Amino acid sequence: MDAVFKALADESRRSILDHLYNQGGLTLGDICEPFVESMSRQAVMKHLKILEEAQLITIVWSGREKHHYLNPVPIHAIQDRWIRKFEKQRMDALSALKHALEGTTPKTKGKKHGSS
Amino acid sequence: MAQADQDFVYVTYIKTTPEKLWEALTSPAFTRQYWFGIDVTSDWKVGSPMTYISGGETKVDGKVLIADRPKLLSYTFHETNGDASAEPPTRVTLEIEPEAGTETVRLTVTHTDFVANSKHRPSISQGWPAVLSGLKSLLETGKTLQFEM
Repeated sequence: MDAVFKALADESRRSILDHLYNQGGLTLGDICEPFVESMSRQAVMKHLKILEEAQLITIVWSGREKHHYLNPVPIHAIQDRWIRKFEKQRMDALSALKHALEGTTPKTKGKKHGSS
Repeated sequence: MAQADQDFVYVTYIKTTPEKLWEALTSPAFTRQYWFGIDVTSDWKVGSPMTYISGGETKVDGKVLIADRPKLLSYTFHETNGDASAEPPTRVTLEIEPEAGTETVRLTVTHTDFVANSKHRPSISQGWPAVLSGLKSLLETGKTLQFEM
């Protein structure tokens, strides 16, 4: 999760993500286009690497062409961690109800928390 | 005409096994826990029908195109209600790859074949990240939950 916050803590990288949100499957050249005044190709490549490491973009190779797609799943994980907590409680309640109705016993061991 | 720039490609890494992930994606007992309460239902044989059922009502229907357990699953996707029902089916592909040397599995979801200005594309773009994030947390933090296999 550190990598995601670090990647998002930069206006240029957020702009690149906005660009990919509007249009998926862009090549490096396509991504550079709107930033031609403000960023060198080298700088864009550096940003893309950081975004890729944070899993905020997905690369799909098509022959020798590298296409970039926005991958908002890690951002959703952030939302899940802090915003959807109450929804999770509802899910747990539903699961408990299911066990009660089916007469099965849910395991009572404490839940392990994932590292990410 | 379908447009490639309309495609979605989502990736998540999950601490689980390909077999468990396959089960989580294909068994309604599992999907209803993280997929907006939807039962994803099929016998997962190539050519068989596939449906998303919620509250006893079919929301999405489609056909199984590829079923290579536990590596690759692909089906057509057609919303049965609302404006989007007039659009031709799109295509969902789920690819499961173990990450070498780790206990992690990479799941890639590709949703393709949207028509230009598709009416259902915006809701799809919000749906998958939520589904994948829910799936990841269920499989990773649910280690001690009942795993209905």
